[in-house]
Amino acid sequence: MCLAIPGKLIEIFEESGLKMGRFDFAGAFNKACLEYVPEIELGQYAIVHAGFAINIIDEEEARKTYAVWDEMIQAAAEEGEDIFGMPLEEKKEDKEGYDK
Amino acid sequence: MKYLDEYRNPAIVKKMVDELHGITSRNWVLMEICGGQTHSIMKNGIDQLIPEKIELVHGPGCPVCVTPLEQIDKAIKLAGREDVIFTSFGDMLRVPGSEKDLFMVKSEGGDVRIVYSPLDAVNLARENPDKKVVFFAVGFETTAPNNAMAVWQAHRLGLDNFSVLVSHVLVPPAMEALLSSPQNKVQGYLAAGHVCTIMGWEQYLPIAEKYRVPIVVTGFEPMDIIEGILMAVRQLEEGRHEVENQYARVVKREGNRPAQELVNRVFEVGARKWRGMGEIGQSGLVLRPEFAAYDAEKVFELADIEVNEPEACISGLVMQGLKKPYECSAFGKSCTPQTPLGAPMVSSEGACAAYFSYRGFKKTEA
Ligand code: SF4
Repeated sequence: MCLAIPGKLIEIFEESGLKMGRFDFAGAFNKACLEYVPEIELGQYAIVHAGFAINIIDEEEARKTYAVWDEMIQAAAEEGEDIFGMPLEEKKEDKEGYDK
Repeated sequence: MKYLDEYRNPAIVKKMVDELHGITSRNWVLMEICGGQTHSIMKNGIDQLIPEKIELVHGPGCPVCVTPLEQIDKAIKLAGREDVIFTSFGDMLRVPGSEKDLFMVKSEGGDVRIVYSPLDAVNLARENPDKKVVFFAVGFETTAPNNAMAVWQAHRLGLDNFSVLVSHVLVPPAMEALLSSPQNKVQGYLAAGHVCTIMGWEQYLPIAEKYRVPIVVTGFEPMDIIEGILMAVRQLEEGRHEVENQYARVVKREGNRPAQELVNRVFEVGARKWRGMGEIGQSGLVLRPEFAAYDAEKVFELADIEVNEPEACISGLVMQGLKKPYECSAFGKSCTPQTPLGAPMVSSEGACAAYFSYRGFKKTEA
């Protein structure tokens, strides 16, 4: 549950008054709230936890962390979940909402 | 050296492991707080690379594991109500309550939904004005800002059909509770990197000082963990007890201030029950009185539910580092990841599940 993964910010938008962003997690896309990293800019990397960017990190760090992340994807898949903790089967129907 | 070539940078790992073997002169007990680190230690065989004299015990740092049975039963009660949409992170659904888990409630027709962000639960409340949406707000400091934002957002939007069932715990009070127990054997801590990403590491200074234990903020890569162990053992061997930051590339001394501010606005520190450890004063977060309207326990009057954990499950001892999972008589027998008796077997971050997955039924030394 405390899984936090690095992603690259590719879009900034607003949703119900909150600053939000769309992240590229090495090919998987998801949105996250940017309120805790207000200074973030497009193209920067952040660590994202349960739908919130919690820290900006540099690109090199992001790449390093991808290695652990592969492991996490595997571990999650073994439990029938994607890296965001969503069940793999349900992912398709939910996709609209999460892939924006 | 077994496992070594599986590391991404075996040369650096070997250097650190060699130094560790060189400097370790006596027995030391270290605790890694975070379940994610426990998982990595088991998976990468880190416990078998380091000197035998260093014992790693596994801490209470898995939110799924420390959420008390009582809160699970409350969640199950709410999820079964016709007027409720119950929302949660996925890993809480398989945690057994006294009689069933949330998955069973779902299959019995309860409206239980897994969300990726607590803000998704707020959106559900907006989209379903005729239902009451409850979010299961569990977690440590890492998740608290997210859940605080959900409550804040519901408040801003004037939603009156959103509430949270809170089971938020804090790491430093648990560390202190363990250290001040007469049975304590922990001599040094690896503190959890992501908790510190939010909170920074200043709050560990008084603990390191008072109990004279080294505390090393540590990341999650196998190399991070080995380096964290090395830094802690160096301190122990040199008689130092300081707070050091192995994970400086991510964790800043002050943490994430905007996140801390919102947490403080929405929550205050209060007593919390921990699974297997009982109630610890000032060890968790509770909603501030101004936000009582978002407190599911008040909205639905759940306060009278009080349950204690089953005797067979020794998860409390496991999470205090006093027993290893294989010392539990149910381990691998009546308790497996498919049929978990206790939470540490449910979550992949739980110590029992980590031992089961990577060590089978055998003990570590095997
Ligand atoms: S093996 Fe199962 S019953 Fe034993 S402590 Fe772990 S979770 Fe509890």
